[in-house]
Amino acid sequence: MNKMPNWADTILVPLLSLLLAAVISGVVIALIGHNPIYALKLMVSGALGTSTNFSYTLYYATNFIFTGLAVAVAYHARMFNIGGEGQAYIGGLGAALACLYIPWPHWTLALIGGGLAAAIFGAAWAAIPAYLQAKRGSHIVITTIMFNYMSYPVVNYLLNGPIKAEGMEPATPSFAAEIALPNLSAILGTFGIAFSDRGPANFALVIALLACVGVWILIWRTKLGYETRAFGESESAAKYAGINPTKIIMIAMLISGALAGMMAINNVMGEAERLVLNAVEGAGFIGIAVALMGRNHPLGILIAALLFGILYQGGAELSAELRIPREMVTVIQALVILFTGALDNMVRMPIEKLFLSLRRKEAK
Amino acid sequence: MTEQSPAIELKGISKAFGPVQANKDISIRVMPGTIHGIIGENGAGKSTLMSILYGFYKADSGEIFINGKKTEIPDSQAAISAGIGMVFQHFKLVENFTVLENVILGVEDGFLLKPSLNKARKELRQLAEEYELNVDPDAVIENIGVGMQQRVEILKALYRRADILILDEPTGVLTPSEADQLFRILGRLREEGKTIILITHKLREIMDITDTVSVMRRGEMTATVKTAETNPSHLAELMVGRKVLLQVDKAPAQPGEIILDVKNLNVTDEQGVHRVKDVSFNIRAGEILGIAGVAGNGQSELLEVLGGYCVATGDIFMNGEPIDLTGDKSDGQSRRERGIAHVPEDRHREGLILNFSAWENTAFGYHKDGKYQKNGVLMDNAAIVQDTAEKMERFDVRPPNPMLAAKNFSGGNQQKIVVAREIERNPDLLLIGQPTRGVDIGAIEFIHKQIIALRDQGKAILLVSVELDEIMSLSDRIAVMFDGKIMGERLPDETNTQELGLLMAGVQGETA
Repeated sequence: MNKMPNWADTILVPLLSLLLAAVISGVVIALIGHNPIYALKLMVSGALGTSTNFSYTLYYATNFIFTGLAVAVAYHARMFNIGGEGQAYIGGLGAALACLYIPWPHWTLALIGGGLAAAIFGAAWAAIPAYLQAKRGSHIVITTIMFNYMSYPVVNYLLNGPIKAEGMEPATPSFAAEIALPNLSAILGTFGIAFSDRGPANFALVIALLACVGVWILIWRTKLGYETRAFGESESAAKYAGINPTKIIMIAMLISGALAGMMAINNVMGEAERLVLNAVEGAGFIGIAVALMGRNHPLGILIAALLFGILYQGGAELSAELRIPREMVTVIQALVILFTGALDNMVRMPIEKLFLSLRRKEAK
Repeated sequence: MTEQSPAIELKGISKAFGPVQANKDISIRVMPGTIHGIIGENGAGKSTLMSILYGFYKADSGEIFINGKKTEIPDSQAAISAGIGMVFQHFKLVENFTVLENVILGVEDGFLLKPSLNKARKELRQLAEEYELNVDPDAVIENIGVGMQQRVEILKALYRRADILILDEPTGVLTPSEADQLFRILGRLREEGKTIILITHKLREIMDITDTVSVMRRGEMTATVKTAETNPSHLAELMVGRKVLLQVDKAPAQPGEIILDVKNLNVTDEQGVHRVKDVSFNIRAGEILGIAGVAGNGQSELLEVLGGYCVATGDIFMNGEPIDLTGDKSDGQSRRERGIAHVPEDRHREGLILNFSAWENTAFGYHKDGKYQKNGVLMDNAAIVQDTAEKMERFDVRPPNPMLAAKNFSGGNQQKIVVAREIERNPDLLLIGQPTRGVDIGAIEFIHKQIIALRDQGKAILLVSVELDEIMSLSDRIAVMFDGKIMGERLPDETNTQELGLLMAGVQGETA
């Protein structure tokens, strides 16, 4: 017997969590002397007000879709991949190398080549923790965190030395102009839709949406997805069925790492068009919250990624407009993560009880 | 003289979990110095009722009287101080503590342990004499047998001054002789005036030892009768609500070719414990080999090896061809390809994925089957759903809804989903472990018929069960396992539970 209807589980609970987070954020904003309603208006208009702002929102959302999907795929195999941050950073390195050292004749080919390189580099960075988990039982949470920390000095060293551009900045040279991915205004333009060309949203959004569909098919329509979910639900049952644990852990983590790496299509190839220091900007970690909130389902992840895109972009506008420190915005984001993720049960339990008592009344 | 007040009286106890009414207006009187049996199928509400009595759950309505006095039992502390002791099905002992330490755990007197231990030692000796409950107070729990551990649980309750003992399925883990010993102890406790409530689903135990018996069905108390005035088939009928065949009808076996030949099989687990020792046997087409034994004597490992997910040494031949026991290709998939189907002992841990729907579980292990695929890449979910619906119909799974998650079916229906999946593969060899554990009587009858039908189609069947009755009634040959070895083989017509019980306890008969 399900404790409550599906719609309550997938829509009502996250919505209420969000509302709670908003209320407490409001209190926080009021405490530092601003009007919470005005702040909310600023945030919403900052994220959705103009098509330039919306472009930023979509750009962030694209990042979060990739990292959210990465967490979700691993999660279905009961692997908690905390390493999205590092995998995306190393993925960026792969994309940068492919774009810098191979003279692609056209952006479409660069997209395929660079995207593949990003995926392979990201997957490779996930492969070692995956192998250690599968063969040695080293906990994937610990090893992926360590691999995050290892990714920073590796890329930092390269950006300060071997692949550094001329000048003061630790970054690679810019990629050739011909291989720049079309931005969203160009794409929408072909359909006759006007959209600001000053924002960073680009063709990577299309790839992210395709990735959502791809992950959905993989998890719910293929043998591999079936085996992955079975393994994630019950390792003992998977062994009985003849599902190879090592194989599932490796493949799920490789796909997860590849998805995280593919974030580079957006931030490295689509936006910066070069690799800069700290290119991932925490998107790998936000992916965990996005997957959690999206219930590890691509559709949920899409919605959660958009929400976090709004929070990110709106938050940036908020801190600029009200001159409140950037950290306050982080507090608001953290509240959302806390309520939708960690404190999920706090909202869930009372609602479950409510539905149970409602049902009991019906029975009587 | 006024009438003696009952040790326990429950009046109108009701308890609902959500929409499920686990206990419905239950009233019961248990007189002091008697053994009162509570019998019912899984999910009938026995455990819920006892949990209310022991303070784990709070009843929605109803009253509890202990020795005639109305008593509130909000938690287990209150139950203990009311003189109620509980022996759980799964013991609550600290494995690496001694008997003595376990007994005083939670009721130590002061800051220092030593005085409590000394006091307990004295008291334990007294209790042991009084009730013939002999245990070594300094033995470490993990080193003593299950029967002994159970005695520690009883001692724990007595040490806490329990006058009322509740035992939940106490014989599930015991050999027949250990069970007899337990019953002697219970008899002794009764003589000393203790009141005992025995929860079980085994009719024989009820008949053997109880004074009165209450039958539960679907949360209701359907009858309370004097044991002397009833009989097993009447009780079974009260439990299920219809007439049940307790005996399995089957024609004599017609054994054919040897299907499975096992030679000198050995299993050593990861801790280096030698689990299966030099086991050899064979099974012919059209016969059922039953493996009897107390749980944990190597039967599980034997099934796992044959099922392809436990490493072993030795030789296994299937239809005369050797089976690879060690290579990478030795897994559940390869076994299925060789015509071995497997209903595992524990459907919750292995046979099913509880969060998967019935149709996903029907494909489980056979998800690579060609008829479940389309376009070469994707799984044909619609075909699996269709197949599941048909299987559910043939095996009378209720509710017949392929979309429902496995966890939402009752034990019997879950088991039918597994059995349908495996039997309908038309295997040459069926491995079936504990086919009716936690399964209601109606489904037991059905599953037994399916097993016999498969045998009569000329298939080989390896049956592992801890229920001796099941082994006796289904098997064409019986092998008994103890400590990883096969102690001997018997024909069901030429043996009896006493002889098998001795073999299960590792006592080699003269003829073996």
